[in-house]
Amino acid sequence: MPGLVGLLIPLEWAVCLGDRAEHAAFPPGVSSFCSRALLPGVLPTWVNNHLIQAIIGAAVVIAFWLWMAHAQKVVPGRKQFVGEYLYNVLRNTIARDILGHDYRKFLPYLVALFSFILVNNLFGEFVLFMFPTFSKIGYAYALALMSFILYNAAGIAKSGFFGYLKKSTLPAGVPKALWVLIIPLEFLSNFIVRPITLALRLFANLFAGHLVVLVFVVGGTLLLESGQVFLIAAGGVSLIFSFAIFALEIFVGVLQAYIFTVLTAQYVSSALAEEH
Amino acid sequence: MLLEINLGPLLPEELSEIIAGAVLFLIVWWVVAKKVVPVFEKTYADRTAEITGGIEKAEAAQKEAAEALAEYQAQLATARAEAGRIREDARAQAVTLAAEIREQAQADSTRLVAAAKAQIEVERYQVIHQLRAEVGGLATQLAGRIVGESLEDDERARRSVDRFIADLESQPAEKT
Repeated sequence: MPGLVGLLIPLEWAVCLGDRAEHAAFPPGVSSFCSRALLPGVLPTWVNNHLIQAIIGAAVVIAFWLWMAHAQKVVPGRKQFVGEYLYNVLRNTIARDILGHDYRKFLPYLVALFSFILVNNLFGEFVLFMFPTFSKIGYAYALALMSFILYNAAGIAKSGFFGYLKKSTLPAGVPKALWVLIIPLEFLSNFIVRPITLALRLFANLFAGHLVVLVFVVGGTLLLESGQVFLIAAGGVSLIFSFAIFALEIFVGVLQAYIFTVLTAQYVSSALAEEH
Repeated sequence: MLLEINLGPLLPEELSEIIAGAVLFLIVWWVVAKKVVPVFEKTYADRTAEITGGIEKAEAAQKEAAEALAEYQAQLATARAEAGRIREDARAQAVTLAAEIREQAQADSTRLVAAAKAQIEVERYQVIHQLRAEVGGLATQLAGRIVGESLEDDERARRSVDRFIADLESQPAEKT
């Protein structure tokens, strides 16, 4: 059961591209991000370690929030205080500040979005997974697509299909001569660039971060095993330094979750705005 | 055309990634929307209600206390006025009563004195009457002994005795 072992042992990977089998161990590269079918032959190949990881991530998020919402009191206890602190950050500093009085409708989306991304990002730094789910671009595309649908649906619900289209492609006060230029540019910016950048930003940060981690950890391990004194010393330094990289990756993971959420709120807000 | 370009890691390895990501996220969203956010918001609403309710309650209690105080003071003033009035009444009543009692006592005494006087008069009259009869009898007897015969049946003798006694009576009465 190579798949199950791979799920449980961090920084193990297999190759996804048959012709690159020789890249399995070193150097770390695109092939380091390949998924492994969990039980090939028994289950379809798309049931891979990263899918299980994403499912566990969703379960963790759901369990966390249900636990925090369980048995709430008017006077909070210690657990509820923590839950309310996190919830308030999302509710007040993201949702309410950006969306204004309409925030309540979009609050569940933003809470779910932030916590789902955060937990999956932090999987990159913690045992059992050591792999940020969103460095598989499919998952990032999925969330970007969701946000894309959300803010366009909100805009259409507010102003109607053509009203929304006009509002988001034609800023008020643009002289007619510039329409030819502005309309395609705004369309590109609002409907194509936004979702793609959402997905790519999240994906690229985590992909690059995980790659750096791999370089330091895998490279350091190889150096330690090299048998030469200087190289072993370099390997030790490399491994120690990898902790700093891990710390940086935790920060990046939190930051990217925050940015994705804030931008989604921002897009919804601009879709709902009366005038651009 | 696009598919011929090697997108590298930008191309999802499996289509299932997108579907799984979307489905998982929708599940998380649904749970958060149905089970988490309403609970938090309800707690916040309860808390707000409790705090504003507490303030309102305190204000109501304060108002009630002020009302009670005012009422108590009003009652106290009324009670004081009433006590004064009662005292005044009592004093007036006492004065009236004393006057009445004095009057009655006076009347009683007057009555008693009058009754006593009347009785004395009656008794005096009786005594005089009796005395007169006895004195008359004695005088007649005496005179009879002196004269040597009985004058008792003589009507004239009786009249003269009576006249004599009446003279006797009138003389000391004029002197005194």
